[in-house]
Amino acid sequence: MTDDARTSPIRVLIAKPGLDGHDRGAKVLARGLRDEGFEVIYTGLRQSPEMIADAAEQEDVDVIGMSILSGAHMTLLPRVVELCRGRGMDDVLIAAGGIIPDADVARLKAAGIAEVFGPGTSIGQIAGYFREHARRRA
Amino acid sequence: MADLRELLRGTLAGERRALARLLTAIENDAPGVRDILPDLLAAGRGAHLVGITGPPGSGKSTLVSALTAEWRRRGRRVGVVAVDPSSPFTGGSIMGDRIRMMDHAADPDVFVRSMAARGELGGLAGATWLAAAALDAAGYDPVVIETVGAGQSEIEIARLAETTVVVEVPEMGDEVQAIKAGLLEVADLIVVNKGDRPGAELAARQLRAMLSSAGGRITRQPPSILVTTAVSGEGVAALADAIDEHKVAARSPEQARQRARNQLRRAVAELGVRGATDHPDWEAQVEAIAERRLDPVTAAERLLGHRS
Repeated sequence: MTDDARTSPIRVLIAKPGLDGHDRGAKVLARGLRDEGFEVIYTGLRQSPEMIADAAEQEDVDVIGMSILSGAHMTLLPRVVELCRGRGMDDVLIAAGGIIPDADVARLKAAGIAEVFGPGTSIGQIAGYFREHARRRA
Repeated sequence: MADLRELLRGTLAGERRALARLLTAIENDAPGVRDILPDLLAAGRGAHLVGITGPPGSGKSTLVSALTAEWRRRGRRVGVVAVDPSSPFTGGSIMGDRIRMMDHAADPDVFVRSMAARGELGGLAGATWLAAAALDAAGYDPVVIETVGAGQSEIEIARLAETTVVVEVPEMGDEVQAIKAGLLEVADLIVVNKGDRPGAELAARQLRAMLSSAGGRITRQPPSILVTTAVSGEGVAALADAIDEHKVAARSPEQARQRARNQLRRAVAELGVRGATDHPDWEAQVEAIAERRLDPVTAAERLLGHRS
């Protein structure tokens, strides 16, 4: 085993909250993050905020990335933040991507979403952001 | 480490977040983990360790989910460690076993943890043994270990699990596939999943015909062969029964010692690998093998100090 493999990779949960059935973007991101050396847990489609928070808790992830295209982001995303913080997951970085109007971005950030990645963001940008802002483990 | 002691205390008290963080520490072999192992093992409650293995796409995760539903109906608390491969190039991993298990996502009596294999061979992660011990101490029974999609010889799981279930599909091949050495040999139970497909009963019959009579130097019981359709739940209750029944045989002193012997052998080999790769002459030996001046076994003997 090389030294690279011995340091612990960043664990990321990629989730699709709500009812839209389009996860090509989420899968491309999961694949891209794998190639950047992240350990990615993908939950699949149509997840409730409770399911996402539960999965994040059991998997002890460093980052939650949610992809949402349905327009329900103002309802679902702050709820995930609330559930995670309520369970003591204060240091988990929570980010979002998908189709989210600029006007909502500031409100999502105020609700605890660390960053919102819109269409056209490169995998490298997202990986760089996660590396910079994910909690560091002992 | 006071922090790890606190995580262990929380784990034993049933706090899921503490268990999750303890599993991370175990997985990363964090400083201080070794110090709490005696207490962790002493807190073990004797959970049945069930291994689920088989080729990619045979339905392992779906079957684990269906079994979990069945065990929940029987009032059992279920722990799952699901292992997926790590990239040999980047160390990254995509773990998708949870997708099939989200039915149980909000059930407080089910705990699912994904682990990347992180370069270990044989379809398991190095920390799997201890992760299973942590789930046991937290009160989950059975503890299910789902391996990476396995081919013909990824038999590590049989060293760890008390009951090894090998999942096949109807199109697994002809009778000769059934009598090849390797994965099917270590099965305590063989499941032909996707039983709604044509040929499932035929595949089960062929397996039964070829595997029912063990002889020669084999002393273990031939495996039972079951047919399931994990997506509908067909046959899953019978499989849960068969897993329970096997537990008695698995706990005979001879079988327990055999597994322990294999685990120790494996651990010694792993430590040997680490000792050798850290050896100052490692690169020189690699070079010698690359130039075909030296064979790998002799080089290994030198690194391990068996020969100067």
